[in-house]
Amino acid sequence: MIKKTSPGYKAVVSPYLLWSILFVIAPMFFVAYYSFTGSDGAWTLENILALGKYTPTFVRSIWHGLLATLICLFLAFPLSYFISKTSANTQRTMVALVMLPMWMNFLIRTYSWMTILQDTGLINSMLAKVGLGPFQMLNTRGAVILGMTYNFLPYMILPLYSVMSKLDQSVIEAAQDLGGNRYQVLRRVIIPLSMPGIASGLTMVFVPSVSTFYISQKLGGGSFDLIGDVIERQFQQAYNYNLGAAISLVLMVLILISMAFLNKYSDSGGGVVV
Amino acid sequence: MKPISKLYSFLIFAFLYAPIAVMIFFSFNASNSTGLFTGFSLKWYGKLAHDQAVMQALSNTLILAVTSALIATVIGTAAAVGIDRWKKGIVRNSVMNVTNIPMMNPEIVTGVSMMLLFVFVGQLVGKKEILGFGTLLIAHVTFNLPYVVLSVLPKLRQTDPFLAQAAQDLGCTPVAAFFKAVLPAISPGIFTGLLMAFTLSLDDFIISYFTAGPGFQTLPITIFSMTKKRVKPDMYALSTLIFVGILVLLLAINLAQARSDKKKKRI
Repeated sequence: MIKKTSPGYKAVVSPYLLWSILFVIAPMFFVAYYSFTGSDGAWTLENILALGKYTPTFVRSIWHGLLATLICLFLAFPLSYFISKTSANTQRTMVALVMLPMWMNFLIRTYSWMTILQDTGLINSMLAKVGLGPFQMLNTRGAVILGMTYNFLPYMILPLYSVMSKLDQSVIEAAQDLGGNRYQVLRRVIIPLSMPGIASGLTMVFVPSVSTFYISQKLGGGSFDLIGDVIERQFQQAYNYNLGAAISLVLMVLILISMAFLNKYSDSGGGVVV
Repeated sequence: MKPISKLYSFLIFAFLYAPIAVMIFFSFNASNSTGLFTGFSLKWYGKLAHDQAVMQALSNTLILAVTSALIATVIGTAAAVGIDRWKKGIVRNSVMNVTNIPMMNPEIVTGVSMMLLFVFVGQLVGKKEILGFGTLLIAHVTFNLPYVVLSVLPKLRQTDPFLAQAAQDLGCTPVAAFFKAVLPAISPGIFTGLLMAFTLSLDDFIISYFTAGPGFQTLPITIFSMTKKRVKPDMYALSTLIFVGILVLLLAINLAQARSDKKKKRI
């Protein structure tokens, strides 16, 4: 006989529920609260109205984030596919190799790029030996996008690989047997079946790219102000928490919209494949 | 793999490891430049051991990572056990959605939102310097929790739902049945969650940056303030040591797993 679920099973969830209400839901509420109040605590729309000034920053962040995300997709797709085709042991090693850089502090990895790209850096001093350059690579748009691509590429490779390693080989063979050439098999079979991984990779790269602040400061040299930079300044330098909260609120809404958009175009149902 | 696929994979991995290789290389530099190599030296590693601020930050980071991972593992495992028994419905769905919030939200928003909560509470109780170890611990437990819940839940789904009942039929109290029958079955999931929580906490910068006070600095925050100025190879030495530490940890875990897999096969 199946016994009824004991009330104990409800009780053990309660610390978690309490924790989530206090430290996940309440903070969200405070973001909204601070957005609509002034420094004196009175209700105001001042912060929301001040957001118009930041439109170029928002557009720039989204644009840079999108570019980095697409580059990651194009770089990661072939690699994930190649990895999924190797033997089980090689797969494990290669996945570990993809994950290893993620355990390295991202501040240092980004800083290290700075020393590679700067005018007296590794690339330019090598070019100088053959009589070229120096080229300005640091403090450019390209450097910021490189930084995002570099830091978040594993977030694209891993979900793609995870879907591709489960692809049914016989489906691909069937497509080939039915006369599909390599391009058709890729477009009609492999890409559609990888959609959940693609969707999940896109969000996992876009979200941190669009909200970053360290990468743009170090590799963009302050000339590529992104949303993250503006938020960081409001909280750590200007101490205008209310304006900072309003910008964070917009960032949150922006990401919710992009995720809803992605979910609509994928069958993954919003679950993140890790 | 075809040669062209091999070449492509090699190039991507070269890209992923280039900055790390540069960092390790220059940590052995004799001069204080991070761009020009003048000779081999271990002096930066020696200097590091005498750097009070770095050593303090290292011990802070470890204390924080261990405590936050342990707390998150206990609360998260209990929650997963409960959620697993819940009927599918609105309540269960909304709990799972709340679990996803810290994973979906940009880290900067999570950090800022918690900072606002702490600052508000601080004003309420009249304590200006509220940010410190306590707030950092709360923040780290919060972002660790979803990873614990989501690594324990699949293990629970794999175990036989009648396992606890069988133990109870054999005379165990419900609590004993859980600890003697269910817990060993889901322990790999708990361990994965614990490890993930530990490494996430160790490495976190963005959320810590907004929830830490001047009195309690973690290593990533110290690194952040070091990179504001011109960096000397001592920071590269530090990073190299962290990298090697993580590499050893991961290898040890993999070896242990491979060994236990072998044992299982033999049985």
